[in-house]
Amino acid sequence: MSLKKTRFKYLGESLIEGNIKITAILAIIAVFLIFFFILRESLPIFFNGEVQQEITFGKFFQGIQWQPVSDHPRFSLWPIIMGSLKVTMIALVFAVPVAIGAALYSSEFAGRRLKEFIKPVVELLAGIPSVVLGFFALIIMASFLKNIFGWTYRLNAVNAGIALGFAIIPAIYSLAEDALNAVPKSFREAALGLGATPWQTAVKVVLPAALPGVSAAVLFGMGRAVGETMVVLMAAGNAPLFSLNPLESTRTMTATIAAELGEVVFGSGHYHALFFIGLTLFTVTFVINLISWALFDGLMSKLYGAKK
Amino acid sequence: MNSKGHLRKIKDRIKIGLTGSAVLLILAILAVILGTVIIGGYKSISWEFLTQPPKEGMTKGGIFPAIFGMVFSLLMMLIAVVPVGVATAVYLHEYARPDFILTKLIRGAVNNLAGVPSIVFGLFGLGFFIQFIGGSLDRSLGQSGLFGQPCILWASLTLALMNLPMIIVATEEALRAVPQAERAGALALGATKWQTIQNVVLPQAIPGILTGVVLVVSRGAGEVAPIMFTGAAYYLPYLPKLPTDQFMTLGYHIFVMTTQSPDIDATMPIAMGATLVLLALTFSLNIIAIIIRSRTRSQLRKGR
Repeated sequence: MSLKKTRFKYLGESLIEGNIKITAILAIIAVFLIFFFILRESLPIFFNGEVQQEITFGKFFQGIQWQPVSDHPRFSLWPIIMGSLKVTMIALVFAVPVAIGAALYSSEFAGRRLKEFIKPVVELLAGIPSVVLGFFALIIMASFLKNIFGWTYRLNAVNAGIALGFAIIPAIYSLAEDALNAVPKSFREAALGLGATPWQTAVKVVLPAALPGVSAAVLFGMGRAVGETMVVLMAAGNAPLFSLNPLESTRTMTATIAAELGEVVFGSGHYHALFFIGLTLFTVTFVINLISWALFDGLMSKLYGAKK
Repeated sequence: MNSKGHLRKIKDRIKIGLTGSAVLLILAILAVILGTVIIGGYKSISWEFLTQPPKEGMTKGGIFPAIFGMVFSLLMMLIAVVPVGVATAVYLHEYARPDFILTKLIRGAVNNLAGVPSIVFGLFGLGFFIQFIGGSLDRSLGQSGLFGQPCILWASLTLALMNLPMIIVATEEALRAVPQAERAGALALGATKWQTIQNVVLPQAIPGILTGVVLVVSRGAGEVAPIMFTGAAYYLPYLPKLPTDQFMTLGYHIFVMTTQSPDIDATMPIAMGATLVLLALTFSLNIIAIIIRSRTRSQLRKGR
């Protein structure tokens, strides 16, 4: 090979590597752009005098009414913050025991073949589109639950919370199972060797050893629940009531954006308020996810250190 | 003592059985959702249903424009997301040093992107793609309302951005499965790094990348929140021709029919049928992904 050709070859190589690198950096740029543009559309609430005649930061926390379209618009975030919290908590109460229980069963008690069956089943549940879950909760589950329990309202926070639970079970399960599987075999052998039963080994040795990872899984599910839109938009009834009652119609932050952004006047106070809700969601899920990764990574490096 | 041990064994069994019932509950949830949608929807499915547009305010006719629009937007999404996702994964796994700050930043960004709520992607699509990029394009072209409005292009790009982490993770997993010895062999024979990646590593990673593509199509087909404000329309009397047209899509169509219909009883059979079509599509795509994955895994096991 001539020297010239070789030089071309290496020039080509570094060009390709450079292009690939720039493409990879797109991910960083994308996250930055998302934050920047959501922030940009929220900022007029703080700095634009015209917008501030309608809406200021302080008004988000005055009163308990979210009525953006009226002669005297009210922008209190309390009812929709309450809605998000209520629905998220119900989803977690339902999903966490199911997901962790299933993860424990599959990692500690199931045989290899059963294990290889459980994983795809959970993946299939994860593959159901949220609009289908919302449809199911709105059309079928809501009437079913109302008839059984004699509820006043078909669509309420419990109905939406359970459907939301369906959506987050797979996420919690897979992270929790990864954490349990990462616990070294020697831990189990030691416990069994000392006379512990399989159940005692699972609950008193393996689960505590994997606890940071299991907590990470719960947080991860919580982040998903806070950010999920279609299920709550369809199944919760969508009335922004400020109430602790889980059997009343409720509206979350995500559903508020989804329900109102289509009709909002561009550049109005209401428009910027919806972006501010988006900014809040972005920040809250970011922090929750960050804690979740930190816990999970910490556990993994600890356990893989223990293996050696 | 002996009976006490016996009792404990029974108690343990019951507790283990309880965790097992959690698995059964997941299976039951899946079965009930599938079952009710199939039973409620199968009567609506016919050739006409799949090939006709909605008629008489969505109370009659079919869902063809929604299927057409969905396929259109998913193809555009793939064109954007696959090259970028595969290149990012190749960079992370083949070029980047794991302890470099840039590598950590990219990984952090990918993780963060995966955690952003879907409705926030919708807001971003509206603020960035439509108003900023689209608006600027229109101004510089002296047009109005060509790019600076919701359309397939912006909806597809929003979906692509949202699904980027999924392709990256699937590709990286596939790259990790290619034995290090194969890279060393190619390099030792005088191949350059890129030649090695192009001719040795990537061909072996294709099944894994394909899994990612299938999953991304499945997820893209079902996502509604990011496209509600970036391109999807309630109803269009014509099929979209250009990427700058608005489009109907199955997921949004289901949402519209079930929540905005003036006559819910009349639209319900159509909504049920549409839900069955969407669920059948995402379900079979997920099953395909599971099969490809288990095949590659067993091949890997044999190879070792």
